[in-house]
Amino acid sequence: MDIFFQQILNGLVLGSIYALIALGYTMVYGIMGLINFAHGEVVMIGAMVCITVVSTLMHSGVDLPGWAIVLIGTLVAIPVCALLGFVIERVAYRPLRGAQRLAPLITAIGLSISLQQIAILIWGRNYIPFPDLLNADTVSIMGASITKLQIMIVVLCLVLMIGLLVVVEKTKLGRAMRATSQNPAVAGLMGVNVNTIISATFMLGSALGAIAGVMVATNYSQAHYYMGFMIGLKAFTAAVLGGIGNLGGAVAGGILLGIIESLGAGYIGQLTGGFLGSNYQDIFAFMVLILVLIFRPSGLLGEKMADRA
Amino acid sequence: MSKAFDSKQIGLFIASGIALCVLPFVVGGALGNSWVRIVDFALLYVMLALGLNIVVGFAGLLDLGFIAFYAVGAYTYALLGSPHFGIHWPFYVTIPLGALFAAFFGILLGTPVLRLKGDYLAIVTLGFGEIIRIFMNNLNAPVNITNGPQGINLIDPIRVGAADLGSPINLFGLSLPPVYLYYYLFLVLTVIVVIMASRLQHSRIGRAWVALREDQIAASAMGINIRNIKLLAFALGALSGGVAGGLFSAFQGFVSPESFSLLESIMILAMIVLGGMGNIAGVILGAVVLTIAPEILRDVIGPLQMKTMGRMLIDPENARMLLFGIAMVVMMLVRPEGMLPSKRRKAEFKDAKEAAAQKG
Repeated sequence: MDIFFQQILNGLVLGSIYALIALGYTMVYGIMGLINFAHGEVVMIGAMVCITVVSTLMHSGVDLPGWAIVLIGTLVAIPVCALLGFVIERVAYRPLRGAQRLAPLITAIGLSISLQQIAILIWGRNYIPFPDLLNADTVSIMGASITKLQIMIVVLCLVLMIGLLVVVEKTKLGRAMRATSQNPAVAGLMGVNVNTIISATFMLGSALGAIAGVMVATNYSQAHYYMGFMIGLKAFTAAVLGGIGNLGGAVAGGILLGIIESLGAGYIGQLTGGFLGSNYQDIFAFMVLILVLIFRPSGLLGEKMADRA
Repeated sequence: MSKAFDSKQIGLFIASGIALCVLPFVVGGALGNSWVRIVDFALLYVMLALGLNIVVGFAGLLDLGFIAFYAVGAYTYALLGSPHFGIHWPFYVTIPLGALFAAFFGILLGTPVLRLKGDYLAIVTLGFGEIIRIFMNNLNAPVNITNGPQGINLIDPIRVGAADLGSPINLFGLSLPPVYLYYYLFLVLTVIVVIMASRLQHSRIGRAWVALREDQIAASAMGINIRNIKLLAFALGALSGGVAGGLFSAFQGFVSPESFSLLESIMILAMIVLGGMGNIAGVILGAVVLTIAPEILRDVIGPLQMKTMGRMLIDPENARMLLFGIAMVVMMLVRPEGMLPSKRRKAEFKDAKEAAAQKG
């Protein structure tokens, strides 16, 4: 039972990060009907930029509390990633709008590879440790332990998700985004500048990705040029699980996937009599993805899609 | 193919046949045996790319996990022909067996994803490729099957009768090193794969694939069994992937999960797309260019930097991959139909452009 609750908590932390990244995928998909394959790399760049800023600040001997340094790092990472999202859309997606579906997929993969290589150029091939700045005291809830940092991650994720929902539902920008996702041509006729809205969507999703990147880096205390691939793939799975294009679905899917994954990793040893261990954790996300796409391609909260999946 | 070949075509065939036969001697003589090895790899990639071309180019099913079938073929050969289990079955058993296993996995992957299209299919196949890799990486405990990340060593070379392709053979006073011998073996198999692919393309099945690619609903209304034709594409594509895998295993003498990463799948897809999807000549060109060009870059980037800047600014491996990524983007923006597009695809791109021009 102890393991059970502990794994639920771990899953919640992991899942809220997935959800935050999944929002980036689902927003872009909602508006353009395309999967942004380079989104994982945005997350990675966010983490890397934050680490660079944090360690520069620490070496410069500024006398600030740990959380303030991380906050500054995050505040630098957000505009960098938003700009990156803007550039990705301009380079890989905009020139190919209306082209065959395969073309933007290939450009996105090409950009993804380029970004990884640029990250190697700047930060090297090794794991970069995240300085120990944040409160890692553990709190015990019902016999399971969780660090204060992890609680903060979950709370911050929730706040950001609610914030995004408010933006999409209540603001003028959000209304324009929803209009564009329903029908770009008509939205254009109604005076919505579709190009601006698409850019804004990429930037918003990338900003969330930057924050998620910082969270991953603090949670695992490290970052790596290749970290974006796996986490991006899982977040995408989360988005599909919840129903791609649906914001609430991305959140639900992310948290559910996180919990499935940690429960799976916790119990796979017992279930298979010790044959398979927790090193198979990564398989669960793919299994979930395949099962969802077979049995309910529209996802948990998605609308029925006629001829898409 | 009802038309008989005219004498010009026959001449061309014979000329290119002779050229391909003397190629290793020319390359080996001018650039050394390491380049013959690269040519061997180019042939392996041609086989792989032609296999993937059946799935992606002919049938229009976007597969990002193709390398899994290569892995299945390679590991089948490795496990049944190495000291790892102490089994040493001959290649004429293990390579077909590996190909069959790969085809089986192709159907295994194909069945659940029958309803998926486009990006979704890409992601699921990518996930499938990763699952296979994760298993290869971890199936060393508690029962050691794949030897985990260390991979399998000392794999048997291919032995034909008394001849062992793993060591030099003396022929008419000429000592032929293994890379030359494998070149001819790969060449024969590549030619078989090319013939198979082109016969398939112009067959009833090939036309069914085109119909499927263009419009699944219309195709099914025309009486095409969508399920069978899709599974056939997956199985046949996987089959040639499996053959290439077995050959890779024997040629290399060593396999590990590292050789079967997602990047390899992307590389093969890039060969098809850059070469000209659906066009066999284009795919061959794409595979050859993308195997040779990075090797040339490897030899050029380092010395070039030393000469111009006096020191190594960018690690050559790094620069090579960066250029590869950028080339993928630029190629898609400038010439999305590939270097040698198939006639049909070219027409489609033209139509799309005209339609876009009318709209805009």
